Amino acid sequence: MSSINLDMSAPDGIIALLKYLLSSGKVSAVLVPRRNPDTGAYDIGLIADEAGLDSAAPVDPVMLANTGQILSSLTPAKRSLAVVLKPCELRAFVERVKREQGSLENVLTISYTCGGVFPLEKVIEESFADVIPNYLKRVASGEIVDGTRDTCRACEHFVPMNADVTISIAADAGSIAGCRIYLNTDRARELVGGLEGKQSDDEIDPAVTLKLAAKRKVEKEKLFNSLAPTGDGLDGVIEVFGKCVGCHGCGRVCPICYCLLCDFESRSFDYDLPYFEKELSGKGALRLPPDTIFFHLGRMTHMSFSCVGCGLCSDVCPVGIPVASMFKKVGEHTAALFDYVAGRDVEEKLPVMVYKEEEFSELG
Amino acid sequence: MTEKQQEREFTPKIVGFLCNWCTYAAADLAGSTKLEISPTLTVIRVMCSSRVDHNLLLTTFFEGADGILIAGCHPGDCHYGKGNYYARRRYAVLKKVMEGLGLEPERLQLSWVSASEGNRYADVVNAFSEKIKALGPNPINGRPDF
Ligand code: SF4
Ligand code: SF4
Ligand code: SF4
Ligand code: FES
Repeated sequence: MSSINLDMSAPDGIIALLKYLLSSGKVSAVLVPRRNPDTGAYDIGLIADEAGLDSAAPVDPVMLANTGQILSSLTPAKRSLAVVLKPCELRAFVERVKREQGSLENVLTISYTCGGVFPLEKVIEESFADVIPNYLKRVASGEIVDGTRDTCRACEHFVPMNADVTISIAADAGSIAGCRIYLNTDRARELVGGLEGKQSDDEIDPAVTLKLAAKRKVEKEKLFNSLAPTGDGLDGVIEVFGKCVGCHGCGRVCPICYCLLCDFESRSFDYDLPYFEKELSGKGALRLPPDTIFFHLGRMTHMSFSCVGCGLCSDVCPVGIPVASMFKKVGEHTAALFDYVAGRDVEEKLPVMVYKEEEFSELG
Repeated sequence: MTEKQQEREFTPKIVGFLCNWCTYAAADLAGSTKLEISPTLTVIRVMCSSRVDHNLLLTTFFEGADGILIAGCHPGDCHYGKGNYYARRRYAVLKKVMEGLGLEPERLQLSWVSASEGNRYADVVNAFSEKIKALGPNPINGRPDF
């Protein structure tokens, strides 16, 4: 048995699954996105009582924080915890586990084939709830949904890489009427196996997901090319990042930027008058606040190979810099150096923490 | 002054991060054997090539260095065992980021020069200096908007 089919929509099925996990005592709490029915506000709920699941909105196209980042402070979990998270959030968490900022122990990860999320400015619109039914239909038929985040439309890794439980939503025409719950690991079979439903040996049909992946790939090339004319060379870099106000919001929300004290917020980047005087005498004019572009280059060198393209950084940027697209693009280059895929496997070592004796002989 | 003349006038400013245990000693050796070495290099002695982190290199670049040389012990010979292997990976990442943004990765160079290779030291420095001379000044220097 590798899947359980429920006779209800995918979101309802996930809620039923979570209720089962809590009521049977298989887990002590669940972490899942919620929507306040009165205000329409989203949050991520840490829920121990079944009743708390009534407002759960497990697959709404919203990401207000990266759950992978939040999980860090909830793990290592003493008692079992079930978490509903998007594929990129799961990959981000795996990257954090590699950095010893989280643990998968006692965590049941539940993820789904993801149709992408909308930018937060769309999510806070009053009419956002109306968007959802149509969104689910588009996603189920394997379409890229207009208006979702740039990096979501360009995301090829929308099938969870190593979730314990996978629900198929994107590119699964049946998911509107039915919910298929795939149990991928022993932990899943142990905790979820008793859930009542129709059991089957179904697997997610790769032919269908590959079709959506191909569409996303085309979209990605388009996105990367659209950055190229401006994102290239010193002029391009200044054009793209020159608007940066130095708030560091993009780094703060990034699930990969794990440093407890970011170098850029440390004393090393806290300049005094003599420094500015020296700089000024060399250049004649200075751009303040300082180091705004440096910050991005620094972040790119520190973490781009682990970037999961979640898009949060673009979303929070107050001046509309396509931070996520730039990081995803550069990140693909840096990851390719080491044949690395962020979040693919928790056993895969961070590329800067290992080496091979025979490599990069062209470099030195 | 014509452009040609300007080119001829350009003396690059290159910062060299040299490992104490090998390349720094090679620089000493080259000096004491009176080899001809381009005067463009400002040497910073570090205890291992792995001491040179990304932000240090980026700072050097953004402060306007026309070229940056990182030089350490040959692979397998690092005084601390494997520092240079890690340095090489980090260097590969920085190069790739600069390449990805079209930021002249040629302005960075990594070389392995052991303590006994005075001649090689002179060759590396001279060749890199020529390369940077041909590239011209770091464009960041003229950008008060950077
Ligand atoms: S980046 Fe991919 S996995 Fe993450 S929310 Fe967007 S589509 Fe889903
Ligand atoms: S850099 Fe941006 S897109 Fe990449 S993981 Fe961090 S927040 Fe997500
Ligand atoms: S969020 Fe935008 S403005 Fe703030 S530091 Fe990042 S790029 Fe700059
Ligand atoms: S000691 Fe020379 S490179 Fe490590």
